[in-house]
Amino acid sequence: MNQPLKPNSFRAGPDEDGRFGIYGGRFVAETLMPLILDLEAEWNKAKTDAEFQAELAHLGTHYIGRPSPLYFAERLTAELGGAKIYFKRDELNHTGSHKINNCIGQILLAKRMGKKRIIAETGAGQHGVASATVAARFGFPCVVYMGATDVERQAPNVFRMKLLGAEVKPVTSGHGTLKDAMNEALRDWVTNVDDTYYIIGTAAGPHPYPEMVREFQSVIGKEAREQMMAAEGRLPDMLVAAVGGGSNAIGLFHPFLDDESVRIVGVEAGGKGLEGEEHCASLTAGRPGVLHGNRTYLLQDGDGQIKEGHSISAGLDYPGIGPEHSWLKDSGRVEYVPIKDDEALAAFQLLTRTEGIIPALEPSHALAEVIKRAPTMDKDQIILMNLCGRGDKDIFTVGKILGMGL
Amino acid sequence: MTARMDKRFADLKAEGRPALITYMMGGDPDFQTSLGIMKALPGAGADVIELGMPFSDPMADGPAIQLAGQRALANGQTLAKTLDLAREFRKGDQDTPIVLMGYYNPIYNMGVETFLDAALEAGIDGLIVVDLPPEMDDELCIPALAKGVNFIRLATPTTDEKRLPTVLRNTSGFVYYVSMNGITGSALPDPSLVGAAVQRIKAHTDLPVCVGFGVKTADHARAIGAAADGVVVGSAIVAQVAGSLTADGKATDHTISAVTTLVSGLATGVRSARLVAAE
Repeated sequence: MNQPLKPNSFRAGPDEDGRFGIYGGRFVAETLMPLILDLEAEWNKAKTDAEFQAELAHLGTHYIGRPSPLYFAERLTAELGGAKIYFKRDELNHTGSHKINNCIGQILLAKRMGKKRIIAETGAGQHGVASATVAARFGFPCVVYMGATDVERQAPNVFRMKLLGAEVKPVTSGHGTLKDAMNEALRDWVTNVDDTYYIIGTAAGPHPYPEMVREFQSVIGKEAREQMMAAEGRLPDMLVAAVGGGSNAIGLFHPFLDDESVRIVGVEAGGKGLEGEEHCASLTAGRPGVLHGNRTYLLQDGDGQIKEGHSISAGLDYPGIGPEHSWLKDSGRVEYVPIKDDEALAAFQLLTRTEGIIPALEPSHALAEVIKRAPTMDKDQIILMNLCGRGDKDIFTVGKILGMGL
Repeated sequence: MTARMDKRFADLKAEGRPALITYMMGGDPDFQTSLGIMKALPGAGADVIELGMPFSDPMADGPAIQLAGQRALANGQTLAKTLDLAREFRKGDQDTPIVLMGYYNPIYNMGVETFLDAALEAGIDGLIVVDLPPEMDDELCIPALAKGVNFIRLATPTTDEKRLPTVLRNTSGFVYYVSMNGITGSALPDPSLVGAAVQRIKAHTDLPVCVGFGVKTADHARAIGAAADGVVVGSAIVAQVAGSLTADGKATDHTISAVTTLVSGLATGVRSARLVAAE
């Protein structure tokens, strides 16, 4: 295949068929196709509808608590002795992660479309909690599909979802992780296509989801850009974010993609190391394939069967990645690197002790990469990292690994 | 197009009865047993064989077919081996059309051109790929039609009048009407609604319209067969396989007969159905 010419803009995708280069698309069963087309039409209207945007902004301010702060991590910067480290603090959002940005947007669409019921998939449970939250706020019944393995390791979030009135359905098919939860959510959707809205939690799935989720999450990058200009009078030298499905990362990256001076790094879950099978580094160790409605990099065997990933972080435990990240990798605009479980765990502890912030295990991966890079950079350089979730949900997992009984 | 499919439907039309289309999962529970099942299907009354290509993430399938695929994969089934099944079957049967059914990724992984050449050589007559709607026709549908492999499309209750022409464009062999929104193995739909839906599709195409999802017994087959050009049975057959296995999932000496007994009954149902008057 011919390499495409370097695009004029890295921010133009997707095309009208939902493609980012060869990635993306609409690989879904016919039953869902009419609905996907309706959703796209509704989304296209909403995008330019001042009333929709105003409602979104209002809820962003008064319900989520936006803008999230841009925070200069002074002690961590001193500790690492290199570039200045800033955090975009989306962990301070209502519900504790960036996931709510997307859920608020999608529930407004569900309301516009006259849907009566919400379904969602969740891995770590952050998206499930955010979905259950907006369902409660807008009075929708909500069913959250969650792999049985994750139900066990994310018990606090399961309880939160139930408190919020959602029904949590443990998924035992496959290996009981995020990929299986997504299969089950798709099965529900195919069965209840008339009245159900599926809030996909990441910037993946059939078009228009990758674009739509990116747009709802881009508030992160737009705010960060303005805040950085106010704080430092210039753009950062480097952006770092964790990628599982890739929604917090694309939300931070997208507004900066055409700023050539800004290096951009996405951090994948390296699990126990890329030499074995126990990781989720689909961009580093996978190859293009088709799953869950889009073409993207996937962890798969020689026959095209999808592999089960592994990560200490349930939120990164997914063998695929949003299609725009696949395109950004191939185009060379974004560099993707793996971070292992133990590196993330060390980063988790370092941030807790130097800044008094308990990060989620997902952004702990991004932080581990920051810890590697900051000391190699000059003191007048700036790294901006997306601190996309807080770690309260992870203290049991971490406690178990560190041998502290809770 | 491969002539086998058109000839089979023309012959059945002359006979005045609908087709019995039987789905089986390739490699379930193991290669040899599934080859035995495949070879026994025509004798039991199957007119067309849908051969399932196992996939790790079958998003449109219910538990019966999910588990069948998992059993097959656990025993080392691959897309290449599923093509081997067809190739072996063809040595003894030149007349029964074979339709491969599954998901796109294993095909994409093999490479579309390589796959199509291998499929033709193995005696495959058509493809049903669940996650390739018309919007994705450039991927596989157009290349398949160019090589003479039928591309069979699913139409569903959500496929309205406006969308039907899109769904029927670039389709051949037959139209597979999925009689309800949902996953495979769900409950039987109301036959009168199915009849109306078949007529709605027939107003747009001369292709045979076959109906599946929820057909489990000879009575179902008769009721659905009265309204359609063919009846597709899948989950019920796969469940027969599952029910015949040992506790650890191994084939037994009655695995093949469990399938043929069911299929013979279904064939009786289909043979007592009458083609709709509109034919």
